[in-house]
Amino acid sequence: MRKWVAIVFLAFLGFFMVKIVATFPFGEENWGVAKHYVDRGIEENRGSNLVTSIVVNYRGFDTLGEVTVLFLAATALAFLLSTCRCQKKYNRIEGSLILKTAADTLFPLLILFGAYIFIHGHLTPGGGFQGGTVIASAVMLMLLSRLSFHPNHRALSVTEGLAGMAFVLIGLAGLIWGGSFLANNILPLGQWNRLFSAGVIPLIYIAVGLKVGSELSGLITDMIATTKEEK
Amino acid sequence: MAFFIASIILILVGLYAVLVKKNIMKIVIGLSIMDTGVNILIISLGFIRGRTAPIINTRDLLVNTSSKVVDPLPQALVLTAIVIGVAVTAAALSIVMLMYSRKKTLEIDEYKELKW
Repeated sequence: MRKWVAIVFLAFLGFFMVKIVATFPFGEENWGVAKHYVDRGIEENRGSNLVTSIVVNYRGFDTLGEVTVLFLAATALAFLLSTCRCQKKYNRIEGSLILKTAADTLFPLLILFGAYIFIHGHLTPGGGFQGGTVIASAVMLMLLSRLSFHPNHRALSVTEGLAGMAFVLIGLAGLIWGGSFLANNILPLGQWNRLFSAGVIPLIYIAVGLKVGSELSGLITDMIATTKEEK
Repeated sequence: MAFFIASIILILVGLYAVLVKKNIMKIVIGLSIMDTGVNILIISLGFIRGRTAPIINTRDLLVNTSSKVVDPLPQALVLTAIVIGVAVTAAALSIVMLMYSRKKTLEIDEYKELKW
């Protein structure tokens, strides 16, 4: 009964969504403010990756809010898991030889790859969020394979705090010397398509990458900490 | 157009899971599927036929850029949405863990305290 009510409701909703969506132009030019970002982005920011230019510079304030949301979620999760009565109830075992060998080999490579992604965020696809997630996946791989692997929780929180502060401080430096919050004219812009270019964009993305990486690593460590080690 | 229809189907499938399924894990999975559907919808709004990715790494993309690349703005917005989606899923799963440790069941019918 409930199932059929839901299906009828969804069919109704789907009908109207299709109706609305059918009025949208698909695959045609539909520029709004993005035309300015695309045409003048290289001139104003020198970042080859226009998505990064938008995320970090034109809409940098929005990204600061997003980083805050992520911080809030990680804090809420740590709080929830620390009050959880499920503490030390589930068993955790040492990984198999294959997993351990693969994790040992991949761990440094994954850290390096994550760092590569966020350092080259203004040139290639990727950036701070993606690179940070790759680093967190390296930490997760180690946590799954070895019981003796304990990331330093304090160091992770300190890195996270400093990286978040770096973002705000770069924004404030723009406010003081550049004229607006997160202004991209306080550092030389450099040449197009070079690693050292695009002003403050790589700096902000490195800060975001470190913050997301340490935040997600801390989150995974919190989740793993609710388990009991089985010898 | 196919992208719009596919994204709407994904949104409806996710909503169906949220409305009908009794297992809390399945509800969380439904939320995730809905998230993906919305992301595909926003991304396909920025698609322009025959254009390349908004990464200016060759010289001929430097001139008259807006006639050669797709709209980067929806992609930037979806980048934000994906990260928030990860945070929401992590928070939801930890709440599920907390609920399971109280009652030892994932059936939503067993949780009657919040009913009115």
